[in-house]
Amino acid sequence: MNKILLIIKREYFSRVKKKSFLIMTFLVPMLIIGMYALIFALSMKGGDNIPAVEVIDDSGIFNKGLENKKSATFSKSELTLSEAKQKVIKNEDAFVLYIPADIASGGTIEMFSQKKAGLSVISTIENQLNDQMRTKLLADAGIDALTLDKIKPKLSVVSKELTLEGEKDSSSGAAMAVGFAAAILIYMSLFIYGIQVMRGIIEEKTSRIVEVVISSVKPFQLMMGKIIGIGLVGLTQFLLWITLSIGLMTVASQIIFKGKMEQIKSEMPINKQAAAPSNDGPGMDIIKAVQTVNWTYILPVFIIFFLGGYMLYSALFAAVGSAVDSDTETQQFMLPITLPLLFTYIMSFSFIVNNPDSSLSFWLSIIPFTSPIAMMVRLPFGVPNWELALSIVLLIGGFIFTTWVASRIYRVGILMYGKKVSFAELGKWFMYKE
Amino acid sequence: MLSIRNIVKQYANHRALDNVSIEIEKGSVFGLLGPNGAGKTSLIRIINQITAPDQGEIFLNGEKLNPSHISKIGYLPEERGLYKKMEIGEQMLYLAQLKGLSKTDATARIRYWFEKMGIQSWWNKKVEDLSKGMQQKVQFIATVVHDPELIILDEPFSGFDPVNAQLITNEILELNQKGATIIFSTHRMESVEQLCDSIALIHKSKKILDGKVKDIKNLYRNNTYRIAYSGILNPVETPLFNINEEKKDEEVTQLTIQINPGYSSNDVLKFLIPQVQVTELTEIVPSMNDIFIQNVKN
Repeated sequence: MNKILLIIKREYFSRVKKKSFLIMTFLVPMLIIGMYALIFALSMKGGDNIPAVEVIDDSGIFNKGLENKKSATFSKSELTLSEAKQKVIKNEDAFVLYIPADIASGGTIEMFSQKKAGLSVISTIENQLNDQMRTKLLADAGIDALTLDKIKPKLSVVSKELTLEGEKDSSSGAAMAVGFAAAILIYMSLFIYGIQVMRGIIEEKTSRIVEVVISSVKPFQLMMGKIIGIGLVGLTQFLLWITLSIGLMTVASQIIFKGKMEQIKSEMPINKQAAAPSNDGPGMDIIKAVQTVNWTYILPVFIIFFLGGYMLYSALFAAVGSAVDSDTETQQFMLPITLPLLFTYIMSFSFIVNNPDSSLSFWLSIIPFTSPIAMMVRLPFGVPNWELALSIVLLIGGFIFTTWVASRIYRVGILMYGKKVSFAELGKWFMYKE
Repeated sequence: MLSIRNIVKQYANHRALDNVSIEIEKGSVFGLLGPNGAGKTSLIRIINQITAPDQGEIFLNGEKLNPSHISKIGYLPEERGLYKKMEIGEQMLYLAQLKGLSKTDATARIRYWFEKMGIQSWWNKKVEDLSKGMQQKVQFIATVVHDPELIILDEPFSGFDPVNAQLITNEILELNQKGATIIFSTHRMESVEQLCDSIALIHKSKKILDGKVKDIKNLYRNNTYRIAYSGILNPVETPLFNINEEKKDEEVTQLTIQINPGYSSNDVLKFLIPQVQVTELTEIVPSMNDIFIQNVKN
């Protein structure tokens, strides 16, 4: 037991001390925060460079003019089409909207500018023109537009989850996003850390240290020490990411929202401050949404499924690593490992998302080889505790099984040098007696 | 010290060891000889408890081999290496602790050996920055750092330059004088012949010969002598011996002879001295290699 601790320590510290680990650990949250800040900055911006559109209306239908919106401002132009076109050629900031006289009989409305007009500008124009056109056509047909609006039904369904704990909104977007992110994270990390286990074993084999080490410890101890050590590296990385992200996020939101909050407070009459949060803007919405997620439930489940899935797959990666002499030979053995992962990943985001409670989704989240990813996707939709417990128990059983299979291949494989190995050969190794 | 009894190791379609029994005395330098693929490494791995035999037992100091013996054995495998990216000192500490030394003991013993080999300055170097010869020294230290009672060296000199080979040989003999038992395993039989007190020959998974080197050689002496003389021997024909080989240069004649039963080298000398000037008479003792070839042919 003491020796396996030594091995875990070596595997762990030799990786955590590496520069690449530090870079990855600090860079990833920075990137996430950076992206978040960039999106926020872009959504907050919008104020400058609003195109000023001059409207030439030869049809006379739209004499009410177009309303100024966030994306564009409008003004009536007395210029002729050819004059306006000249203006556009000379002035790169000019936008001209031309409505021909024959618009009612199928003429085309055109927008002239040097720079291509943005999608939001075009859609603002289309909406307004269609609205006015509709009002006119309704009036022509003798129907009052207001009456018509009244008869248009506006029903919708709000989904509520009713459990013993009371009712709650189930279509919580943030919880879903977190579940999906967790599934993707597990998918990627199973590969990243599994391959680290495989590489570590290939390295020990090619550097020929392995026989020296296993003259002191059992091959099983060496394999488990490596798997646990690298798993702890993964766990450390996740925990650092989470802590750093939360820390940076708090700092960033304080800086961004401080000014905003003061502005809101000063604008609000004192007695209305309680209602203030609804007007906080997009950034605050995200923060609030993040707070609605049940972290104390999702985080432990995530860590359990990450560890379980990691143990299960890294044992298989270990068996592959022991059977080959170099990275390039791993290809043929990787396929049976990659396939179930890839299959679950594709199924998760095409099928399970839409049918989280179907029997296929159930089985995918129960079978150990697929459950680490599938369960994460199902989690936001509500998973009964007994299913969760069953899945975890089977996952533990699963990794005990793969570890047992892998260790039987591993103990023979690590001492085989320069031998091209087939699946049949692996089977033979598995059958060898101690 | 080490008693190997009726070991059988069977792989899927070949038998690596077939009923091999060997006794190794405490304090001896033992040669485990045989061509490549004979089963030497299989046997060594069983002694090191890396693999287990299908049949048979091994006793170390009278106790059946068990995990507590790991710290009493030092093993330098034929396929040997080190972690390339790890610093030497740290790596030695790791390997020594795996052998069961405490961190303080390990540090002290490593320092002792580094000083002895004059490599104190390597502590913080990475293995990949060392030459092959330097790495061999480090590997040797890793083998003996925990002061093992039994040191097993599998093809120890393959890849060693002559200077290093001599250095390591001296260290091994010194350890032997301090009481350690040494097992050399090699297919180059001449290389350890002079080092070993006893040997075992393994061929095609079977032990074909073992015993003290002196005894084995006595057993295989066949009254062959080399003689050299100047002058003319006449008549050459004699009932004393048969000539196997004759070489003549200008003055000296060299003969390889086999003395016939009932006669001794003194009788040959008596026959020669009246006629010629004898410059040499040496018994040709068969080398381990000759003995091996002779055994394999039978």
